[in-house]
Amino acid sequence: MRIEDHPILGKAERGKRITLNVDGEAVAAFEGENIAAALIASGRRVFRYTAKRMEPRGVFCALGRCTDCVMIVDGQPDVRTCVTPARDGMVIQTQVSRREGEATHDLEKEKD
Amino acid sequence: MKQVGKEEGVRTTGIPSKEELEASPGYPNREALERGPIVVIECVQDIPCNPCEMACPKGAIRIGNPITQLPVFYAERCDGCGRCIPICPGQAIFRVDITYAEDKATVSFPYEFLPMPKKGDMVQGVNRAGKTVCEAEVLRVQKPKKFAHTAVITVTVPKGLSMEVRSIKRNHESPFST
Amino acid sequence: MEKTEIFVVGGGAAGMAAAIEAARAGAKVTVIDENERPGGQLFKQIHKFFGSGVHRAGTRGMQIGRDLLKEAREAGVKTRLNTVVYGIYPGKRLGLVCGDHTEELTSPIIILATGASENALAFPGWTLPGVMGAGATQTLININRVLPGRQALMVGAGNVGLIVTYQLLQAGGDVAAIVEALPYIGGYGVHASKVRRAGVSILTSHMVLRAEGNESVERAVIAQVDEKWQPVAGTEEVLEVDTICLAVGLSPLAELAWIAGCQFSYLPALGGWVPVHDENMESSLQGIYVAGDLAGIEEASTAMEEGRLAGLSAAEALGYLSHEVAETRKIEVQERLAALRIGSFGDGWAMAKKEFLRARCEK
Ligand SMILES: Cc1cc2nc3c(=O)[nH]c(=O)nc-3n(C[C@H](O)[C@H](O)[C@H](O)COP(=O)(O)OP(=O)(O)OC[C@H]3O[C@@H](n4cnc5c(N)ncnc54)[C@H](O)[C@@H]3O)c2cc1C
Ligand code: SF4
Ligand code: SF4
Ligand code: FES
Repeated sequence: MRIEDHPILGKAERGKRITLNVDGEAVAAFEGENIAAALIASGRRVFRYTAKRMEPRGVFCALGRCTDCVMIVDGQPDVRTCVTPARDGMVIQTQVSRREGEATHDLEKEKD
Repeated sequence: MKQVGKEEGVRTTGIPSKEELEASPGYPNREALERGPIVVIECVQDIPCNPCEMACPKGAIRIGNPITQLPVFYAERCDGCGRCIPICPGQAIFRVDITYAEDKATVSFPYEFLPMPKKGDMVQGVNRAGKTVCEAEVLRVQKPKKFAHTAVITVTVPKGLSMEVRSIKRNHESPFST
Repeated sequence: MEKTEIFVVGGGAAGMAAAIEAARAGAKVTVIDENERPGGQLFKQIHKFFGSGVHRAGTRGMQIGRDLLKEAREAGVKTRLNTVVYGIYPGKRLGLVCGDHTEELTSPIIILATGASENALAFPGWTLPGVMGAGATQTLININRVLPGRQALMVGAGNVGLIVTYQLLQAGGDVAAIVEALPYIGGYGVHASKVRRAGVSILTSHMVLRAEGNESVERAVIAQVDEKWQPVAGTEEVLEVDTICLAVGLSPLAELAWIAGCQFSYLPALGGWVPVHDENMESSLQGIYVAGDLAGIEEASTAMEEGRLAGLSAAEALGYLSHEVAETRKIEVQERLAALRIGSFGDGWAMAKKEFLRARCEK
C-alpha cells in the first residue's frame, strides 16, 4: 500500500509510471523506487522460497544486508530487490531456490 | 531514576501517574490555572532535553545545567502564548484554559496525524490512555511554517475534563479499506 | 586529483560530522558510503530530536541530515557513493566495490563510522514474510513510502520501538500493541505517552510466542512472561496482525574494524562488541578512528559529537590544527558529550565509555 499523503513528509513525489513484469503479471511501479517497494505496494509479500525447505521469505532488513528479498531479475538470480531500482519492463521472478554453489549467505538471519 | 508511583507510572504504563505529575516541577497548581491560559508540562523523567526552555520568551520554563534536570515551570510568567508546545520533541506540553467559559475549558495539544481536523469539527477528546472521554469542538488549528509540521490544535471540553483530555481520536480510514 | 588524506567510511551522522570538522581545518576528506545519498539513518528520522536546544534539539532528524550535507559541501568534503568498503588491510589500504568494479585506496588516516545493524529475534514463525526489523519498517514507510501491512505488532518498547510505532500511525497504519519482555518501558516516557494517547497499548512483561500464517504473517500469539522470561500459562492471546516489527536493539556494525585488527571490548550497555577507543576516538590502531553507533550504540546527537572529536583529532594528527587549538575545540565537544550522557538514560553509556578508557590506560 502506498502512502500518498503524510503529516510530516507531505504528498508523495514519485517518478514516471513504469510497469514491471512480476511472475507474468504486470505490476505498476515508479521510476526511482526500488523493486521491493513496488512489490510491497502491490501487496506482494513473498519474494523467494528457501532451497531446502521451500519456506517463504520477504523483506526483512530493507538495507541490502540480509538477502531475504532476493529474486531473479532479468534472468539474474540473487538480486537484492530492496536496494535495486525498478526499471520499466523489468522481468522479475520469485526465486525458488538458489543456484547450486551460490555463495550468498544470510548475514543477519542464520536460518534455513 | 526517581521511582515515583513505581507500579503505575510512566515507566510501566507509558502514562505519567497523577502522583508523578503533581510531584513534577512542570505542573501548575490550581490557583495558577484559575488565572487564565497557561501550559502544563508533563515531562517527568530526567532525559537530556531543553528546547522548551529556549523557546519560551518569558523565561517561564527553566531547566539549566545539566539539561537532564526536569523543566521547572514558573506559571506566573506564562502568558499561554503556546510557543513551547510544537517545539517539544516529547509532545509533553499542553495548554489549558479553565477560564474559557462557565462550563467549558480549552485544551491545546500537538498533533501530527492525518486527516487534520478543521475549526468547527466535532471530534472525540481522548485521555492519556487514548480513551475517548468526551465530545470536543475544534476551536483552532495552528500550523504555521515555523512549527515544522507539528500542528497545535485547541479544542473545547467540559470543564471537569481539562486535566484529562490530552489529544483527540485519530480519525483515520485505513488506506487498506478501499 | 588531490590526494585524499582522510577516508571516512560511512556517511551517517558520525561520518559526516567527522568529515566536516576535518575538512574545515583544511584536510582533504572523502566520505565513502554504500548508499546513493549520504546521511545514514538520519533521513529516516522524521521526528524531532531531543538534546540541547543549542544543538538543534526540537529539529527533525531529516532536517539535521540535510544541513549536514550542505555543511559538508561547503567545507569541501568529497563523497564516493554507491561504494561498499569490504576490507581494510595493513598499510591502511581500503578495498572498495562500486558496481562491478573493485578498487584499492589508501590514506594516512581512516575514520570508520559504519553505524549499526538491527538485532533479530528468533521465535517460531519469525522467518515468515511480514516479520521485519523496525528499522526496515522505518525505511519502507519514510523513505520508500509504502506501508508493509495494515496492522502491526511491535516487539520492544525501547526508543526505536516507540518511535517506529508512532511513525507507522503517521503513515496511516495501525499498531495492535507493543510487547516488551522487561517489566518496564526502556524508551523515554514521553515517546511512550505519545503512542498511548494515540490508542496503542504497551504490554510490559509480554513476549511474542510465535507468528502464524500460511505464506506470510496472519496473526501473532503473545503471552505474559514471568521474571525469568517464561510464558505464564493461560495468558496467551492472539492478535490479528499481518506485520511484526522487531525493535530489540542494535549492534555495532563492526566487520571492518575486526578485519582491520582493532581491539574490541564487550560492553552490553553499548550494544555488544565495540572497538576500543580513546577519548580522541582513535582505535587501538594508530590512525584508525571510530565514531558513532560503531563505537557504541547511542544516538544521533552523540554520534555527531563523536564524529567531531574524530575529525578534530585527525586534523590535528595531520598537522592542520595546533595542539592548543585542537584541545580547546575537543574540550568543548567533550563537555557537550558529557551533558548528553547524564541522567538515568545516559548513565549506562557514560559508565561504559569510562570503563573503556580505563581499560585502555591500564594496558
Ligand atoms: C528508529 C530509530 C530512531 C532513532 N531516534 C533517535 C533520536 O530520536 N535521537 C537521536 O539522537 N538518535 C536517534 N536514533 C539513533 C541515530 O539514528 C543513530 O545513533 C545515528 O544515526 C548513528 O549514526 P552513525 O553515523 O553512527 O551511523 P548511520 O547513520 O547508520 O551511518 C552509517 C553509514 O555507513 C554506511 N556503511 C556501513 N558500512 C559500510 C561499508 N562497508 N561501506 C560503505 N558504507 C557503509 C551505511 O550505509 C550508513 O549510511 C534513532 C535510530 C533509530 C534506528
Ligand atoms: S506558553 Fe509561551 S509563555 Fe508559557 S511557557 Fe510556553 S512559551 Fe513560555
Ligand atoms: S522540550 Fe519537552 S521533552 Fe524536552 S525537556 Fe522540555 S518538556 Fe521535556
Ligand atoms: S530485505 Fe534484507 S537484503 Fe533486502
